[in-house]
Amino acid sequence: MSDVTYIDAIHAALDEAMERDPDVFLYGQDIGKFGGAFKATKGLQEKYPGRVLDAPISEDAMAGVAIGAAIEGARPVLEMQFADFSSVAFNQIINQAATHYYRTGVPVPLTMRLPSGGTPGSGPFHSQSMEAIYSHYPGLVVVTPATVADAHSMLLDSIAMDDPVIYCEHKFLYRWLKSEDLSGDRLPIGKARITRPGKHATVVTYSAMVHEAVRAAEMLYKDGGWEIEVVDLRSVKPLDTDTVIASVARTGRLLALGEAFPWGGVTAEVVSRVCADGFHLLDAPPVRLNSKDTPIPYHPKLWSSHRPTPESIAEELRKLLDY
Amino acid sequence: MDDTPKDLDQSSERNHVRRVFHAMLTARVLENKLGSLYKAGKIVGGVYLGKGQEAVSASMAACLEKGRDVYAPLIRDQAGRTAFGEEILDCTRTYLGSVKGPMRGRDGNIHRGRPAEGMLAMISHLGAAIPVIAGMLIAKRLKGELDGVVGATCVGDGCTSTGAFHEGLNTAAVEKLPLILTVANNQYAYSTPNDRQFACHDLVDKAVGYGVRGHSVDGTDMLACIKVMQEAVARAREGDGPQLVVASMLRLTGHGEHDDGSYVDAALKSSGLGRDSIEVGIKQLIEGGFATVEEIEQWQQEAADQVQQAVAIAQKEDGPDPYKDDWMAYSNPGMQMQR
Repeated sequence: MSDVTYIDAIHAALDEAMERDPDVFLYGQDIGKFGGAFKATKGLQEKYPGRVLDAPISEDAMAGVAIGAAIEGARPVLEMQFADFSSVAFNQIINQAATHYYRTGVPVPLTMRLPSGGTPGSGPFHSQSMEAIYSHYPGLVVVTPATVADAHSMLLDSIAMDDPVIYCEHKFLYRWLKSEDLSGDRLPIGKARITRPGKHATVVTYSAMVHEAVRAAEMLYKDGGWEIEVVDLRSVKPLDTDTVIASVARTGRLLALGEAFPWGGVTAEVVSRVCADGFHLLDAPPVRLNSKDTPIPYHPKLWSSHRPTPESIAEELRKLLDY
Repeated sequence: MDDTPKDLDQSSERNHVRRVFHAMLTARVLENKLGSLYKAGKIVGGVYLGKGQEAVSASMAACLEKGRDVYAPLIRDQAGRTAFGEEILDCTRTYLGSVKGPMRGRDGNIHRGRPAEGMLAMISHLGAAIPVIAGMLIAKRLKGELDGVVGATCVGDGCTSTGAFHEGLNTAAVEKLPLILTVANNQYAYSTPNDRQFACHDLVDKAVGYGVRGHSVDGTDMLACIKVMQEAVARAREGDGPQLVVASMLRLTGHGEHDDGSYVDAALKSSGLGRDSIEVGIKQLIEGGFATVEEIEQWQQEAADQVQQAVAIAQKEDGPDPYKDDWMAYSNPGMQMQR
């Protein structure tokens, strides 16, 4: 195989999961014959008759259906057309799916795929990153793969897991991110990865921002030989605090980076945990960099300034290194 | 502990009627006791009763087969729970916070169930169980186990205003699922009367809009409820798709035991809607030769004894121990954040 994209990896994982386990089925809008808005399910309805179901435009009921099927022993993979629309399904996910195991002892093995994050021209309602919202609720696992191999193995792991998993796949990576094949280190959900080792500062991030952080790190290396360590959280819940703290212990400096809105969220959680557990390791106040605190703008010129860029990340890192 | 006497277990029409009434009566006796325990301060949290709705609740659930069909009771379905086969102990243990109850103190009162046995544990958000039951049926279809199976749930008039009701019923209709959705129109959602809840002439008219079959019934009339529920469930089993049953009655209690229901219109109380389905049922049993006065009195005494025993057991049992609870929100221990 050559040039496997991130969306190919998702498609391959769905195919493999369905091949492997007859209890796996797919549910979502336009996912049948049409193959989904992003073609993640292309050809699967034909290959697995009766197991790829087109849903009406009813996100709340779609989540409810997935929950009921999961309670009954099936393994539904629910596709939200865009992460943004999962707000309509919020009640079912946080009140029904998330609480069910704790209340009844019966797990809810569903995977909800959320096409997340911004792409140029997508605007306020097709660009959101919802991982922090879902991570807030006990009972939900929230994963945010940043690589082709992770997109593949983490989707398989999500489907195999008995707990409800919110699988946040970044739309910007769908076709842009390519790999030679699907092989990787197959780290389990809950383990972060050192994407790029370094010694002068740590960037803790996830999803598409991993790639922006690596670009910023390359810029700083060229600029002054700075060696920036990039930690890819991979899953934001659970959050691998140990790997983060160990990195900060090596570098003494922390930038928590994310594409989501700045109030609270994953970057705040990372900083909070590092301050609580590793305050003595810090040589400088930890820094957070997120999107701006406005809705996500439509125009590419506004959008590209709304989210962190390699330039803005490098600028924050320079300030952090200068402290 | 099987709470249903053996002679009511058979499937003849006569015994079906007797079984429905027995569940209604048991629920009433149990709920009267729950009300007393609440007033005596023995129950933490709310107590929500189904007084007045026993006929519709029991007549639907009595058509279901535990272990095969799936059922999502709501707030006023004690009679349906009993008819489905829930033990009285599950109720008293949950209300009294026994760690041995199905919810182990982690949830209480009517928020109980045994999903592995086909009975969901309701959440408070109205209509949420409709698509969940639909999903359970879809899973059964996927496994090739749907033939002749039904799913059933009961909601109130207030629920018909939710998006969940609309999305859930529409989805079940699109998938042509064997779902029985009963609306117990008890005229009030908490204190809100029907004229502030919906503007349609009759809730059953909604069936047309969803492309499902609609049924109307006087929810105070036990025999009528039994007939309509048998028809609706049979049609669903035969592949006729979702059935919307609208039963009308009056809630003969407050929203919960904390509420005196003083807002209920006196004219409604004295109307036919305000009839007590248990009293109607007793009359129907005797006049129809389904049971004698003596039998009914005996059932009542037996139910009182069973309830007393179930309360006594639950009261003696330990509540949950915060030091012993594993505090696990995940079935996979590796996913639990320690703090």
